Amino acid sequence: MSTPRVPSPATPLVFALVDGNSFYCSCERVFNPSLNNQPVIVLSNNDGCAVSRSDEAKALGIKMGDPLHLIKDIVKRNRVRVYSSNYALYGDLSARMMSTLAQFTPEMEVYSIDEAFLSLDGFGSRNLTEYAREIRRVVRRDTGIPTAIGIGPTKVLAKVANRVAKKKNKNDGVLNLCDPATQEEVLHALPVEDVWGIGARSAAKLNRVGVRTAQQLRDANLDAMQKLLTIIGRRIVLELRGESCLALEMIQEDRKQIVCSKSFGRPVYTLSELQEAVANYVTRACEKLRRQDGICHTMSVFIQTNRFKDGPQYYNSRMIKMDAGTSSTVRLSAAANRVLEQIFREGVEYKKAGVILSDICPSASIQFSLFDDQRQHSQDAKVMKVMDAINARMGRNTLKVGACGSPSPSQAPAWEMQAKMRTPCYTTRWSDLLKVK
Amino acid sequence: MPSSIKKKSAIKPSVRLPFFGCVVSCGFPSPADDYIEKKLDLNEYLIDKPSATFFVRVAGDSMIGVGIHPDDLLIVDRSKEPRNKSIVLAVVNGEFTVKRYICRNSKITLKAENPAYQDIVIVEGMQFEVVGVCTNVIHSLK
Repeated sequence: MSTPRVPSPATPLVFALVDGNSFYCSCERVFNPSLNNQPVIVLSNNDGCAVSRSDEAKALGIKMGDPLHLIKDIVKRNRVRVYSSNYALYGDLSARMMSTLAQFTPEMEVYSIDEAFLSLDGFGSRNLTEYAREIRRVVRRDTGIPTAIGIGPTKVLAKVANRVAKKKNKNDGVLNLCDPATQEEVLHALPVEDVWGIGARSAAKLNRVGVRTAQQLRDANLDAMQKLLTIIGRRIVLELRGESCLALEMIQEDRKQIVCSKSFGRPVYTLSELQEAVANYVTRACEKLRRQDGICHTMSVFIQTNRFKDGPQYYNSRMIKMDAGTSSTVRLSAAANRVLEQIFREGVEYKKAGVILSDICPSASIQFSLFDDQRQHSQDAKVMKVMDAINARMGRNTLKVGACGSPSPSQAPAWEMQAKMRTPCYTTRWSDLLKVK
Repeated sequence: MPSSIKKKSAIKPSVRLPFFGCVVSCGFPSPADDYIEKKLDLNEYLIDKPSATFFVRVAGDSMIGVGIHPDDLLIVDRSKEPRNKSIVLAVVNGEFTVKRYICRNSKITLKAENPAYQDIVIVEGMQFEVVGVCTNVIHSLK
């Protein structure tokens, strides 16, 4: 983590927050222009809920997280175009957007799949609003993704500016909040729950003490806010006042915990199906672990039924210690298999399973106890290296542990996620390229 | 069983060839060792701006006159502005099309390179956008 930069009068800090508008929907539109001006939604894993909505879909009253079965009527009546999420496509377009943005600043923080903070310090001689318009134009041209850009002297103010830029068409997708008069006007009109970092519970607390707008929060007593909302609240107030407390974080920190859990496409009843699903989750989690060159000392495995459905309910999980630490898919999937044998219960309908790797350290820090077999460890590492190399070259799952099962030509396994309305992987598979006349 | 394994190992998905900047003579040690240069990379040859470059597959024969055949791979650079006579990937009324871009007296026409196809004249009220400029076509001889 970098330390906050010290502001000096000569070079005031300037942050820009760039984010892709309705990002997943916009990605779908890049390869299907007939979706322009049409209501579009993209669903979460397993085609459950709306996780991205185009402006036209929002105007129909579809809310973030609405389950598809509850909005079926609106969808049908208005011919809303519905898609399963296509993470291969969104990931690729996100990477293109980020490398396009990187051309505009020496320092930037990729904040999420569709958001990045850019440092525009020292660009003061330029017209920042004009510069942001140029960034928008180039991102749209090179990647097809429309964006909104908020500019401010702190991250919190940049986030506020971005939010307002997106809402108001007259701002042309760009709002610069560096000027105090504009700050005053915008913060006065902004409900406090729309400030970055203020969740529903904090907002309720603030409302109780009479703080309803971002402006009131900014002008509130600093110590009182710290008492109410901890040190985080204090930082938000300072940031709203234009004092930067949150620096750009340019280096992604390694994960302390890796979770891979998914709901099943269809109900799962048997131990062998659960083992197959979990072996696949272990495989994904271990790949992530090895990518950050880590080993884990603890793995938890859990299985559960559908809480929202009638019928017998069951949840169980178990934690296993891997004393010397490991990142071997072979070892961890064997351990997961044994755990599942212990916690599996017959006669219930499973909806979800998952794996959590924790106690993660760099692989270089491995410590052997007296009874550990060091040779075994380096052997494991070698096998995994070969497996990763083959899969990187020949495609995911070319080489896998037997527990993952092999695909049946006739039917996908029950645990596999549903994605009935997924578009092709236009940018990552030769077989899926867009066809043009 | 052993024969199928042998077959598999014979498949090489890609081969990287070092480029020798001199004539290689036989014998040991090779006097060429000091002259091994960077391997040739087709990406570098075909793509100026990777973040703005997309591949599309050609369907149909409307551009056959310039050597763009069905099933060819087209390389499209979105960052390039079209000039008169550029081959472009465009969107007309919600559909993608590859055509020659003709801009005369601020009138835009998309021209096919096959007499069997009519020109598309862009007029007011049409939804029209140039997505990018086609920079290369890859035609397989297999």
